[in-house]
Amino acid sequence: MSQPIIEFKNVQKRFGDTTIFDDFSFKVEENEIVSIIGPSGSGKSTLLRILMTLEGIDGGYINVAGESLWHMLWNDRYVPASNKHLHKMREQLGMVFQHFNLFPHMTVKRNITEAPMRVKGLSRQDAEESAEALLELVGLADKAESYPNDLSGGQKQRVGIARALAMRPAILLLDEITSALDPELVDEVLDVIRNLAKEQSFTMLLVTHEMYFAREISDRVCFFDKGKIVEEGVPEDIFSAPREERTQAFLNAYLGQ
Amino acid sequence: MIELNWDWTFVWQVLPMILSAAKVTLLATFLGSLLAICVGLIFALLRRGSSKTVRVTVYWLMEFIRSTPLLVQIFFLYYVMPEFGLSMSPLMTGVIALGVHYGAYLSEVFRSGIEGVDKGQWEASRALNLTSFDTYKDIILPQAIRPMIPATGNYIIAMFKETPQLSAITLLEMLQVAKIIGSENFRYLEPFTLVGILYLVFSVLAAYGIHQIEKRFPKEGFSLK
Amino acid sequence: MEFGEIVSVLLQGAIVTIKIVAMALPLAAFMAFTFGLVRLYAPAPFKQLSILYIEFFRGTSALIQLYWIYFVLPFFGLSIDAMTAGVIALGLNIGAYGTEVVRGAIQAVPKGQYEASVALNFTSSQRLLRIILPQALVNMIPPFGNLAIELVKATSLVSLITIADLTFKAKSLADMTLQVGEIFVVVLVLYFAMAQCLSLFFRYLEKRLSRGLGRGGMN
Repeated sequence: MSQPIIEFKNVQKRFGDTTIFDDFSFKVEENEIVSIIGPSGSGKSTLLRILMTLEGIDGGYINVAGESLWHMLWNDRYVPASNKHLHKMREQLGMVFQHFNLFPHMTVKRNITEAPMRVKGLSRQDAEESAEALLELVGLADKAESYPNDLSGGQKQRVGIARALAMRPAILLLDEITSALDPELVDEVLDVIRNLAKEQSFTMLLVTHEMYFAREISDRVCFFDKGKIVEEGVPEDIFSAPREERTQAFLNAYLGQ
Repeated sequence: MIELNWDWTFVWQVLPMILSAAKVTLLATFLGSLLAICVGLIFALLRRGSSKTVRVTVYWLMEFIRSTPLLVQIFFLYYVMPEFGLSMSPLMTGVIALGVHYGAYLSEVFRSGIEGVDKGQWEASRALNLTSFDTYKDIILPQAIRPMIPATGNYIIAMFKETPQLSAITLLEMLQVAKIIGSENFRYLEPFTLVGILYLVFSVLAAYGIHQIEKRFPKEGFSLK
Repeated sequence: MEFGEIVSVLLQGAIVTIKIVAMALPLAAFMAFTFGLVRLYAPAPFKQLSILYIEFFRGTSALIQLYWIYFVLPFFGLSIDAMTAGVIALGLNIGAYGTEVVRGAIQAVPKGQYEASVALNFTSSQRLLRIILPQALVNMIPPFGNLAIELVKATSLVSLITIADLTFKAKSLADMTLQVGEIFVVVLVLYFAMAQCLSLFFRYLEKRLSRGLGRGGMN
């Protein structure tokens, strides 16, 4: 059996007095698409933010692509990761944010080309060619020279996806990417992800409140509550025949079943 | 080059003189603040008045006062007022200059404080048929005051720190006294440093005091008897 | 004295005032950025040094700082001419207020911008220079404009250490002639004109820089 691309081992995470994760373990296989659902405050987003190195951990280990994320080997001992190590580890990861977090002072094209040029050292020509292809992919080829604040929410988020993809991450983290959108703009964003999932082989980890979308796209769905995975399995099982009471209650409330 | 060391004997000798001049500084600040609050309030109300001419005139007058140096305004009062037969003492001149200068700043604070009061309060007052004087006095100002305290306090501290400029018209406040002591003894280090420290101490105390006033001030405003 | 003569003497003073502003402004900007960034990002001892500088120059008064530099430093063997003393005192004083502008503007950039720049793997200096500062700069322009006007006003203090600036010329003319009313009205108008020019310039700057940020400009 191949090694999982993401592995949490006994991870602990606290914010002040609040414990988010206590002895949390979790695995994702390469090219697997995993949806995380659950009530707000259950630690779903924190999971992604820890992977993206936006939050540290208070205990345990995390491996990404066979290497420890928050620790590194130094004289045969594991020590907290240096900035250099984190920089290397982030090359595997890309993230799309709930509130887009586009750079408002740059055009759409610059938003997409800036990191490939500055971080990966791509030439301007290569970066722009790739940006144009990505904008084509998300259906915004005509918006390359616009500024983010001139776009609708759905368009912004599609740029957000293109920007993350431009770094060619092995793992894409999607943090409630449609939660901040007006209902009629949700589909244009989800369509982009649907196509991505079909056409490319990716590891995708998404936190979402779009249950039908999660069911359609995922290889596996995890129901989270209070920092624990209460139940996980293929979408059919979770949505049609949830075993746990808490999962049932959550899905009932959400889907009105 | 003169080897200069901190001389404690000299410090103890001049400290009483500087402290007694501090009274003048504090008096000028106190009177200046009172005047500034009155001027600020009047400007703020005029800027909310019904006449557009008055609003625009007051706006530019305030802009003018705020963007020209206090020192020049002090000189202006000191030199020009006697031409109109108005001879004032240096303290009086200083207080008016400080009061008008900072009144222009405070009017902006007061104006946004008044505008910060919920629109519904105006509507309710109108519904109760209160006069606009009573509305300001009993309804709007009591609620507007608390949020204005920090900014008002900061401007009063800023005014306090500009009082040394009154030395230019021979007012015997701290800096002027320190300068006289310095030139008489040919030692500026201790007097100027002492004055600096005193300003620092007073500013810190005042900032603390303002914070306390704000904390103690009733959140729901108060009503005038 | 003829009115034209008065104006020409005062204009000479105004040029000196403009010169001081032109020299003190870059110093103030330099201090503001250096200590503002140190206060935010540097290790503890440097941070404390920066707080000391800020609190000292904001807590005491500009005129005292000017006198201290002009009258006290010579006793330490540091003789500086009045002009240098004026530029240094005003630059350091306004710069101390500027640090808070820099700090506040950087902190006002939404946290998501920082997070996105981490997710895109920018280095910490790239994050600051390419993502955070360009956005913070726009926030800094209006308060910097106000500080520049405060600087123009504060230059009048140098007249008290014998520099022949606009205020100094006004005062010596007032001591010589009887036309004090005309003199001071012209002086006040000149200061006002300088302040308005600066104000217009900073507003133009803000408009230019906020392109795309959805604050004026394109939207």
